[in-house]
Amino acid sequence: MREKFELDLNTLHTKLIEIGSLTEVALGKSIRALEKQDIDLAIEVLEQDVNVDQLEEEINDFAILLIAKQQPVAIDLRRIIVSIKIAADIERMADNAVNIAKSAIRIGNEPLIKPLEQITKMHKLASEMLSLSLKAYHEEDVALARKIAEIDDEVDDLYGEAIKELLQIIPENLEYMNQITQLSLVARFIERTADHATNIAENVLYLVKGRHYALND
Amino acid sequence: MAITELKKTELKKEQEIVYEQNSEDKNEKKIVYKTNGLNLWYGDDQALKNIDLDIYENEVTAIIGPSGCGKSTYIKTLNRMVELIPSVRINGEILYRGKNIFDKSYRVEELRTQVGMVFQKPNPFPKSIYDNIAYGPRIHGIRDKKILDEIVEKSLRGAAIWDEVKDRLKENAYGLSGGQQQRLCIARCLAIEPDVILMDEPTSALDPISTLKIEELVQELKKDYSIIIVTHNMQQAARISDKTAFFLNGEVIEFGETDQIFSNPSDKRTEDYITGRFG
Repeated sequence: MREKFELDLNTLHTKLIEIGSLTEVALGKSIRALEKQDIDLAIEVLEQDVNVDQLEEEINDFAILLIAKQQPVAIDLRRIIVSIKIAADIERMADNAVNIAKSAIRIGNEPLIKPLEQITKMHKLASEMLSLSLKAYHEEDVALARKIAEIDDEVDDLYGEAIKELLQIIPENLEYMNQITQLSLVARFIERTADHATNIAENVLYLVKGRHYALND
Repeated sequence: MAITELKKTELKKEQEIVYEQNSEDKNEKKIVYKTNGLNLWYGDDQALKNIDLDIYENEVTAIIGPSGCGKSTYIKTLNRMVELIPSVRINGEILYRGKNIFDKSYRVEELRTQVGMVFQKPNPFPKSIYDNIAYGPRIHGIRDKKILDEIVEKSLRGAAIWDEVKDRLKENAYGLSGGQQQRLCIARCLAIEPDVILMDEPTSALDPISTLKIEELVQELKKDYSIIIVTHNMQQAARISDKTAFFLNGEVIEFGETDQIFSNPSDKRTEDYITGRFG
């Protein structure tokens, strides 16, 4: 029964996984651009963001049409609402990838004053969170969704460390203020990215359980 | 703040809490119909199985479920109309305002003055609009023209049709549109000042605009009456009811707040039905 509707819901699901994959790639490229100081790669991230924006719009339009035409209730309605919300979170993550790429461009070829240690670690965790959140969404896996919140705590700790270290080196590196500011921003962008992954996890819990959970506290 | 004052404020707070709890108790809705372990058979076929259901005062209770699930049978049991079918056998009890309607001493006529019913197809009498409404009160012995006039106007107003028919009260009710006829039937029902109104798919023969009019009317009527509505239109149940009961194969699968049933039902079968994946 309702085969067309089932197909449409699957299409929505596929589009969401697609926007997630695009964003995973963008995040990977942005951090690589920063590490390798590869300006061309950073510009690529900036240029490709339009694809994510377009896909988010497509998901929203499609979801609105489904609501209008199918009058979904219960789990079906949650599926559609959650798609809209997750798409918004992913789009924000992609914006953060753009922000990281912009920071990479602003640092340019200036030698890095310190290894990117925490930032690299944070990025690794945030990327893992994104792929886990997509997996949790795809498989409607509640346990996985909860695990994402745990990883987010690690990211938050690393963020604290990163900012502390960057603040500490300011006095003897006043000529590198631009770079220190950009790196602090990058840390912040990754921390926000991880929060968006946690939001996705919350939405997966809502999708499956029909109740709201706060994982960001 | 002095300690005594502190204590006073605490005491006051406690009193307030107690007061709030009491007023909550007062706000608790009364049960109109209490169904306990109701079973019903048509010959050898069991149509209702062990039904337990509470219907609350001044609420709209929607009964949903696929064809043949027993929802119409149940609603017709509430005014004992189902007994008109010869092969029917019933056990269990239905308490209406605390009294078992199946008790031998219970007069079915009395029950039916308390419980009005509206059917799927509008069924006005082949009489004038006025006489349709005055019919019930006349049977109950009201002859005074002035009183009858008042009842007719009040009932037609109550059913949100007065403005449309006030200048043609002597015309035949068959001249009205389907939606108007259905509101006339609701007005006829109100004329005997019932306590409960049973509605068996009251809008399934009506166009969307008439349907919305009836739905709005139901929202108005629940201030003064308790309403039980059988409907095939799930969006209608979601829109207008406070509680929803999902029937399947003669059983109540789930009964609860409509908001919960349509957002997050607890039974998989309810979910499958309301999302259109049933069967």
